[in-house]
Amino acid sequence: MIKEFVKGIWKENPVFVQVLGMCPTLAVTTSLINGLSMGLATTFVLVSSGLAISALRKLIPDQVRIASFMIIISSSVTVVKLLFEAHIPEISSQLGPYLPLIVTNCIILGRQEAFSSKQPVGKTLLDNLGMGIGFIFALVVLGSVRELFYQGTIGGAQVLGTWYKSMIIMVQPAGAFISLSLLVALFQRLSESE
Amino acid sequence: MELFFIFVAIVLTQNFVLHFFLGICPFLGVSDEMEGAFGMGIATTFVMTLTAIITWNINTFILKAFNVEFLEYVSFILVIASLVQLVEMFLKKYLPELYETLGIYLPLITTNCAVLGLALFMVLREYNFVESAIFGFGAGVGFTLALVIMAGIRGELNEEDIPKPFRGTAITLLVAGLLALAFMGFSGLVPT
Repeated sequence: MIKEFVKGIWKENPVFVQVLGMCPTLAVTTSLINGLSMGLATTFVLVSSGLAISALRKLIPDQVRIASFMIIISSSVTVVKLLFEAHIPEISSQLGPYLPLIVTNCIILGRQEAFSSKQPVGKTLLDNLGMGIGFIFALVVLGSVRELFYQGTIGGAQVLGTWYKSMIIMVQPAGAFISLSLLVALFQRLSESE
Repeated sequence: MELFFIFVAIVLTQNFVLHFFLGICPFLGVSDEMEGAFGMGIATTFVMTLTAIITWNINTFILKAFNVEFLEYVSFILVIASLVQLVEMFLKKYLPELYETLGIYLPLITTNCAVLGLALFMVLREYNFVESAIFGFGAGVGFTLALVIMAGIRGELNEEDIPKPFRGTAITLLVAGLLALAFMGFSGLVPT
């Protein structure tokens, strides 16, 4: 049981190993807080839609399963979007269209197709939660790195001294691609030496 | 002129892949050979143009008219999924040759976030009908352009001796970063 939970965090990390869910990973990680909120929103959608799909797995006909999954996922995303708008409007507007785009995050559909639709509810909960935490981990690491090199802060707290000149490229698209590339390479190197 | 700027912006200065990070999965997945990249690009452009046209109508005449905008995501994703299915059936029946070439890429388009992203951006920016259609077509052209350039570069990279941890994903992302830098050179083409 523990194995189902832990695999998503390191060995099968959705971002660094499976290279899924790249759009939000690159787009919203300009700061730690943005990365964290995106990670939490995605995990909520992943777990809630996973539970629904796992519970309904014997009722959903095989031919229309993808369409059914998409409806369940997009309803769940609508819930998250409305919650964010009501309670944390600043973050909701910062994430912009990337919040509704959780619908097409391939981590979610991938998990439902490969796991939730075949496994009982308990196992699904652990698996989806593990994958979600792995996703949060990746977004937080990338968000922190980009924020640190952009203006010398992590989560708003000054880490590098005031001598640090801000590097605008880190919050632009090119910086996103290059930092993720270096992190993926580092991750490969680390898991090789294990 | 407005329409022309919308087109240039979405193809070059605000390219979906290199500026908005939409459609990264197929961008990383099928950009390892030229033919596949081009086929995927054409199929996506086709679906994107149709999506723009249909979702604009649905948004204006159904969602806004009946005040049910909260159904936006559910209805858009349904439109895209059924559109992809329809296109697939149409091609299979009437243009079997084209279907042979594009067939395997079509189902992948449903989960291409660039297509849903296109519909969402269209609503956010409050484009009218013609603008939406141009925007959809331009987004597809920009996607194809990014995919084809990437396929060209990766073809060359295959011959090189790349450090082991960088092989595969990391080097592709690095090249994408450099491409994004290069595309920044286009900014200023479109007055903002």
